[in-house]
Amino acid sequence: MTIDVVGVSKRFKSFAALDNVNLHVRSGELVALLGPSGSGKTTLLRIIAGLDWPDTGEVRFDGEDALDRSVRERNVGFVFQHYALFRHMNVFENVAFGLRVRTGADKVPDAAIRARVGELLDLVQIDWLADRYPGQLSGGQRQRVALARALAISPRVLLLDEPFGALDAKVRKELRRWLRNLHEELPVTSLLVTHDQEEALELADRVVVMGHGKIEQVGTPAEVYDSPATAFVHDFIGETLTLPTIVRDGRLFSGERALALDSQGVADGPARVLARPHDVDFADPDEAPFSGRVLAVRTFGPIRRADIEIAGVNGPFVVEAAVPHQHDLPTGGRIGLVPRRYRVFSTEASA
Amino acid sequence: MSVADLAPLPAAQPARVIRQAPPVHTEPPLVRIAIIAVALTFLALVIGLPLVLVFVQAFAKGWSTYVAALSDPDAIAAIKLTLVVAAISVSLNLVFGLVASWAIAKFEFWGKSFLITLIDLPFSVSPVVAGLVFVLLFGSQGLLGPFLQAHDIQIVFALPGIVLATVFVTFPFVARELIPLMQEQGTAEEEAAISLGASGLATFFRVTLPNVKWALLYGVLLCNARAMGEFGAVSVVSGHIRGLTNTMPLQIEILYNEYQFAASFAVASLLAFLALVTLCAKTILEHRLSTEH
Repeated sequence: MTIDVVGVSKRFKSFAALDNVNLHVRSGELVALLGPSGSGKTTLLRIIAGLDWPDTGEVRFDGEDALDRSVRERNVGFVFQHYALFRHMNVFENVAFGLRVRTGADKVPDAAIRARVGELLDLVQIDWLADRYPGQLSGGQRQRVALARALAISPRVLLLDEPFGALDAKVRKELRRWLRNLHEELPVTSLLVTHDQEEALELADRVVVMGHGKIEQVGTPAEVYDSPATAFVHDFIGETLTLPTIVRDGRLFSGERALALDSQGVADGPARVLARPHDVDFADPDEAPFSGRVLAVRTFGPIRRADIEIAGVNGPFVVEAAVPHQHDLPTGGRIGLVPRRYRVFSTEASA
Repeated sequence: MSVADLAPLPAAQPARVIRQAPPVHTEPPLVRIAIIAVALTFLALVIGLPLVLVFVQAFAKGWSTYVAALSDPDAIAAIKLTLVVAAISVSLNLVFGLVASWAIAKFEFWGKSFLITLIDLPFSVSPVVAGLVFVLLFGSQGLLGPFLQAHDIQIVFALPGIVLATVFVTFPFVARELIPLMQEQGTAEEEAAISLGASGLATFFRVTLPNVKWALLYGVLLCNARAMGEFGAVSVVSGHIRGLTNTMPLQIEILYNEYQFAASFAVASLLAFLALVTLCAKTILEHRLSTEH
């Protein structure tokens, strides 16, 4: 089932949660909505589910108006951030709920419910927990129950709100892989909200990066990581080394010194050079575009990082650079930084 | 805890001696015993002794007087009336309290904080004033008096008035018990239920109600205890018609004022007994509540 979001805006009093958002999700895709808290990603998910209503705009499932239908009628599987399991029901009844509440012509016979729930519990690999109550389960187990419950109504759209937010790192990684496999097995279009970029990049077919109620960029994980469309995306995804600069007559300057870097067509005014730490080389401090003093060098596992204090026009600032393995970097010494791959963004536009 | 207990061990002592962690409470035993003794004595004097005296007085003239006092037609009428009033007003407050707390806890609307304040009003207003309000509204000289008389409807000095006054006084019990719990539980489970295709009614009976059932029962018990014991408001609206509009508390007062101490205390002991039963049920419920959440 395709999902189309067209020109959706939503305000909460004076706060614009969503500002003219447009999004197309292809059938069978797994898309991650990624952004910091307050970026509007959960609001967008709730609007698609029918738990919130947009002030303006449209939501279409397979081209049909979804806003016409209430959340009851949309047949959307929703996995809540803190699972929202029914605390007074055991696992079996939690999963069976969506079938039990069907009445009249849609009523599901008891035997069919039993079979379907058994099937789902097998699918999420917790059939042995059927008689437990939510309070007796671990976070990962609750997550599986929440997913099985959402899948019980055979949804064609699966919406997940921070599905791994409350889990510890190890369980999270394991469930992530498992969810990806599950998505492949089922005929669903999945939309997942997360603030964890690693999760989004690893799990999703496409990533929607959101900030301040707007979509900043939509693309494959590789696209948003390697060619961020805006300074916000560059900053938010992956590690970023930020170097302030000024564009004058189409050339980059640091103070009065012209830099041997391409201004990438950015208009005159204050700007920032953004680069991934591993795309910045060390060089002779007198020849490199930026130079500074090494404050500290840290090593954890294969990664070495150096804090380098650079004397900027508006006072000194500290950047964190990646240190190659062989490179010997004495603390207190001066070092030059040469961005090899970088993007230049105007400061005004990204403010 | 003396200073010596906390002093570091001399270095010469063997390393395997483990220093005792100081207990969390640091008051000397004497102080602890004194505090507990004061509390218990106070409880015994102010609550225990009067309660015992009620029963002692009730049986002072023997079983036969006790049974006679309770089988007096006026006494039986008072007991019946009390139970009927309690049953009606508790059921009404069960419904109203549930509706009010559902509205307050699960929805955002204009005037919500005003509604919460209004729910607390019966706690802060004197019951006598509450009773007077109903007399002013429904009494023969009251606002709706002429209309009621024209249609031959009796509210004040009759069962409807007593029920109204009791409902007013006991309204906060159920709502006050439910609102914090419902607010804490939030709306996520309801949203989950609706997204799974449940109707509003199904969501209420399958999700909302089971989640608050013990708190609801607890509120109903407190409400019931107060409904049976209410004196002030009921006294104003009842009119004290013997065998007709006297509830147990009113009957007790009348008997007492007529120097029928044994009979008065007999009815009082029954009322106290009902209260004790409620208290026991409440304790059991509290235990259930604490184990479930």
